Amino acid sequence: MRRYWKLIYKKSLASPFIVWIIAGTIIPILSIAYYGLTDRNGAFTFENIYAIFDKMHLQALWLSIVLAFISTVICFLISYPLALMLRSSKLGKKGLMLFIFILPMWMNFLLRTMAWQVLLEKNGVINSILSTIGLPPQEIINTPAAIVLGMVYDFLPFMILPIYNVLSKIDGQIIEAAYDLGANFKDVLLKVYLPLSIPGIASGITMVFVPSLTTFVISNILGGGKIYLIGNIIEQEFTVSSNWNLGAGLSLVMMVFILISMVFMEKFDKTGEDSFI
Amino acid sequence: MEGKLKELIKLENITKSFDDTIVLDDLNLIVHENEFITLLGPSGCGKTTILRIIGGFESPDMGRVYFEGKDVTELSANKRNLNTVFQKYALFPHMNVRENIAFGLRIAGKSEKYIEDKIKYALKLVNLSGYEKRNIDKLSGGQQQRIAMARAIVNEPKVLLLDEPLGALDLKLRQEMQYELIRLKKELGITFIYVTHDQEEALTMSDKVIVMNDGYIQQMGTPEIIYNEPENAFVADFIGDSNIIDGIMIKDRLVVINGIEFPCVDEGFGNNKKVDVVIRPEDLLIGKSGEGKIEGLVLSRVFIGVHYEMVVEDTAGYQWLVQCYEKHDINEKVSLDVIPKNIQIMNKPTSADEEVLEIDI
Repeated sequence: MRRYWKLIYKKSLASPFIVWIIAGTIIPILSIAYYGLTDRNGAFTFENIYAIFDKMHLQALWLSIVLAFISTVICFLISYPLALMLRSSKLGKKGLMLFIFILPMWMNFLLRTMAWQVLLEKNGVINSILSTIGLPPQEIINTPAAIVLGMVYDFLPFMILPIYNVLSKIDGQIIEAAYDLGANFKDVLLKVYLPLSIPGIASGITMVFVPSLTTFVISNILGGGKIYLIGNIIEQEFTVSSNWNLGAGLSLVMMVFILISMVFMEKFDKTGEDSFI
Repeated sequence: MEGKLKELIKLENITKSFDDTIVLDDLNLIVHENEFITLLGPSGCGKTTILRIIGGFESPDMGRVYFEGKDVTELSANKRNLNTVFQKYALFPHMNVRENIAFGLRIAGKSEKYIEDKIKYALKLVNLSGYEKRNIDKLSGGQQQRIAMARAIVNEPKVLLLDEPLGALDLKLRQEMQYELIRLKKELGITFIYVTHDQEEALTMSDKVIVMNDGYIQQMGTPEIIYNEPENAFVADFIGDSNIIDGIMIKDRLVVINGIEFPCVDEGFGNNKKVDVVIRPEDLLIGKSGEGKIEGLVLSRVFIGVHYEMVVEDTAGYQWLVQCYEKHDINEKVSLDVIPKNIQIMNKPTSADEEVLEIDI
């Protein structure tokens, strides 16, 4: 009897978590599913899902995927060498460098993005510097490039940290063993570092690709409201057009995309933990 | 005998410091072909640093490294014709046994057929035939160590560097692996440079032992010489148990310990000179009171397998460590004696030496 109560007590410790899951995850998902699968009158329909095949929506989705992909690749190309450098640098310097890269995360996301707006504007800081040294001004703001820049800047730490994390756990003796067996840096990178850091790369990619795919703030601020990503369209359905059903339907489609990409990445994550050859 | 052996590795005036600590100071060392040489010393004595300098993982602040007469000081680790067996094995966790062993051969661009043959041969050599497809994490520590050895020797290095490779194994396995290593060394006919802090390991396996402390070589020689004729108190203390007592060398072949005269075999220390006297615990002859030169009382006794170990306090108050097969009771009056050839005389470090040491450090 006593053990029974003990068990109940132990299980009851999880109750805040259960409440949180129900209120924060299950109810919102169910209500999005409800709105997404009904029309304005509350009748069941797939129309909001099929709406993704609308030409404008498909274009926005395609652009979102392309930009998210580009910014993920750029983040990876910046993060990997940096994480490798961090791994081999001395303790004190390591802390400082990590700190510098994480520092922007302490600032508000909106502020950070708006700062880029100020820098990139037609008469912004960068163009005035360019004109003072006699170079022609560049049209960067309101282009896809500006959006990619914003994505890379905002999400870079999410790539660096997981990659640095796995790299720093690789035993230095393993690397020395590879050199000892005649490997040069390229061999060590391709045959030892990369395969051993796949779990970190996978979670880094997920953590950059998913928010890049769904962002609407960055494209709003740096795209000047002229470039529509799928996030912008969903946002507008909720705010401007007040068509919650369409917005929810498109969100469901996005959710499927994200789930697919996460399952894909999860597979790499797992194989990286076990031996993958 | 050493004259006949070909010189393989030469370290010349090697100095190395990390931050402000000098780890190696003006060290010279010659390793001959086909030698099993052991660097022995307490942790922090610089032995691993020597190995890493030979392996190319550290570069000395000063001095040169020669390999077969060629200066390789600036050559990086992947270009040196030697391989290392690391302390923690350092096998590639994402590869199976076969891929681990094949790593060096693949880099060298060998044919698949050659690689396959080599893997078979190496696994047979380390008694793990048929383990090709095993995952590394499914192997025991001893097996991982053998695979690390196999991975190194398939590349046919001239020298195998071993950095405390048995440190993580349990006692029984360690002893087994010691014999295994001696066998491997014989079959391969290459030079082994072995680093350990375990004096038993060093004495069992080596052709030559180098005892190190504080970045200096304390003594170099065969295991027998190191054990029987330690050159200074550090070596005597580090290799096995010893009694190290103050003595006065009255003249050649006569030393006084605690006021008692002992004939010995050492000469050339001068007259009435203060010296350190080393007597191994197993060399002390214990008998009934009145039989030997030193009278004493048994303070403690433990049975350690083959023999008893006792502490005997003599009338002057010095506590002798004695090992023998006979059992003597605690508080029993006994006497101790030692034959002349088992008395080892060493110079005391003079104050001038100590000053030099301090300047060096």
